[in-house]
Amino acid sequence: MELLKDKKPISHYFIVTGLILLFSTLSFGVIGALQYVYAGLFRENFSFEKIRPLHVSSAVFWILITACGAVIFYLGKVKDGIWSSKLAKWQWILFTISVVAILISYIMGIFGGREYWEFHPIFALPIVIAWILFLINVLKTVKVFRKQPVYVWMWLTGTIFFLFTYAESYLWLIPYFRSNIVHDMTIQWKSYGSMVGCWNMLIYGSSIYLMDKIAGSEKYSYSSIAFALYFLGLFNLMFNWGHHIYTLPAPKYIQYISYGVSMTELLLLGRIIYFWKSSVDTAKRHYHILSYRFLLAADLWIFLTLILAIAMSIPAINIYTHGTHITVAHTMGATIGINTFLLLSLVCNIFNVHQPKTEKNITLGLNISLIALPIFWISLIIAGVLKSDWQMHHFNDIPFSAMMQSLHPYFVVFLIAGILLTIGFFIIVGSLLAVFFKKQINA
Amino acid sequence: MTDKVKVLTLIVLIVSFFSYTLFLYKENYSSNAEYGTMADKGKKLWQEKNCNSCHQIYGLGGYLGPDLTNVYSQRSEAFIKVFLQTGTNIMPAFNLNEEQMNQLMAYFKSIDSTGIASPAKLKPNYDGTIER
Ligand code: HEM
Repeated sequence: MELLKDKKPISHYFIVTGLILLFSTLSFGVIGALQYVYAGLFRENFSFEKIRPLHVSSAVFWILITACGAVIFYLGKVKDGIWSSKLAKWQWILFTISVVAILISYIMGIFGGREYWEFHPIFALPIVIAWILFLINVLKTVKVFRKQPVYVWMWLTGTIFFLFTYAESYLWLIPYFRSNIVHDMTIQWKSYGSMVGCWNMLIYGSSIYLMDKIAGSEKYSYSSIAFALYFLGLFNLMFNWGHHIYTLPAPKYIQYISYGVSMTELLLLGRIIYFWKSSVDTAKRHYHILSYRFLLAADLWIFLTLILAIAMSIPAINIYTHGTHITVAHTMGATIGINTFLLLSLVCNIFNVHQPKTEKNITLGLNISLIALPIFWISLIIAGVLKSDWQMHHFNDIPFSAMMQSLHPYFVVFLIAGILLTIGFFIIVGSLLAVFFKKQINA
Repeated sequence: MTDKVKVLTLIVLIVSFFSYTLFLYKENYSSNAEYGTMADKGKKLWQEKNCNSCHQIYGLGGYLGPDLTNVYSQRSEAFIKVFLQTGTNIMPAFNLNEEQMNQLMAYFKSIDSTGIASPAKLKPNYDGTIER
């Protein structure tokens, strides 16, 4: 609580909590990868069923909490201050207490939830309350809904829909929804697919605000193309989730709707390729800006991830990638290459990082992660391709354990690249935390 | 784009989304794991032990262990029980009692009866769709 007495904006506390969670994400990620390579490591007290949720929930909360911090900060800039800092403070307190309790419960082996939200459902309550506080704050701050730039629309829709999709992901608590596994999994992945779209709305909205600021013009945020792309994103958020469950014996129309909707993402891909050259030119012009470097890194990873995502959205290709490490490559490629790079770009801007030594260190960290991430990603894709070959052709003649053994060399590369990636991100996180705490000492 | 067009587009999307959502909620495919049954208790246990972090059902879950959707028809109950009792060099022994074991068996039996999870059993079409 000592921290809260100093006069930093509340958004900074969200961000620092997020950065500490990124540290935890990476640490548990390395342990998980070690368990892939050294089978049975920590089997007695700290086996994979604890490490995976510690890693994945830390990642999810790093993204969510930092995204909230960025929205609170930028909305405050757009609207002359956030409606209630007190409400935001309560939101932060609720988030922080819940996340700490969740991570401790995992270490103690207490679960009860489902993938990505493995914690006992009781913890969902403070998270929902915190989100309602956030929603009230966002709505009250925006106040007037006419003639708003696209990022305000994105913040609003992301915040509102997140609440709905998060609540939807807990429908399994009601007997009707949990009574049939196929229906239950359909609703589960419907909610998860949309939920990711919601936090992307918060992050992309903030990134558009930042890009406008760097470019020194608000023209894009009010343009028709910006709104057309926003509605395309929202359309995909609502209807493209079916690619998670193509292999489930659910009704066929889910496959057709999702397949059709996902293909509209080709328009996004086309736009990225079309603007590729000009974005590189702009990048050169602004190369001295740290945030811009992260934005550029994310730009490249949006391109790579979208190609993989579109391919995986074609049912006939999905049956080869489903249930393999290609899916892990896709998830981590997106959460690291897009979400984490974009969030770090926002944090550099919000913390106003300009000291030459810090800039140098963060650039070094970014360069290390830019070398490590493709190796990390490709090793997962190769492991996935080999597993896919086994799933499709050798399921009955080669045992699972022998197949996993044959993937061992790729898991070693995954581990080494993962450690390198972790070193890169540790340098960045350490530098950003130092900026926060040093400023506090000066205050 | 005027505010009017934006609001209209948003309304169309929201109405379509919630109609689709309600339609899906109503589609509870023929149920075989009724609430409160042994299978349902097995499902609860599956979540409490976080089996999903290493295993998959219909290809969804963690990747360290195999998919267990059809394990019930591929192996015998006795085989699965021994596995759960002793663990493996990677999987810890979960110390389940007989009743919990039976609940998990009922759960495995119920998911097994919903279909075959192996993607090799699906047939890709030239238009990119798949056939069961
Ligand atoms: C910013 C950094 C990272 C983020 C945001 C992140 C995020 C994630 C997510 C979302 C998953 C779930 C994947 C899925 O279900 O498809 C995952 C799984 C995993 N991650 Fe990471 N990750 C990060 C870094 C790392 C690093 C550096 C390592 C290793 C050195 C690592 C190792 C793993 C492992 C072993 C899994 C589990 C795969 C399985 O289920 O078998 N992660 N990560």
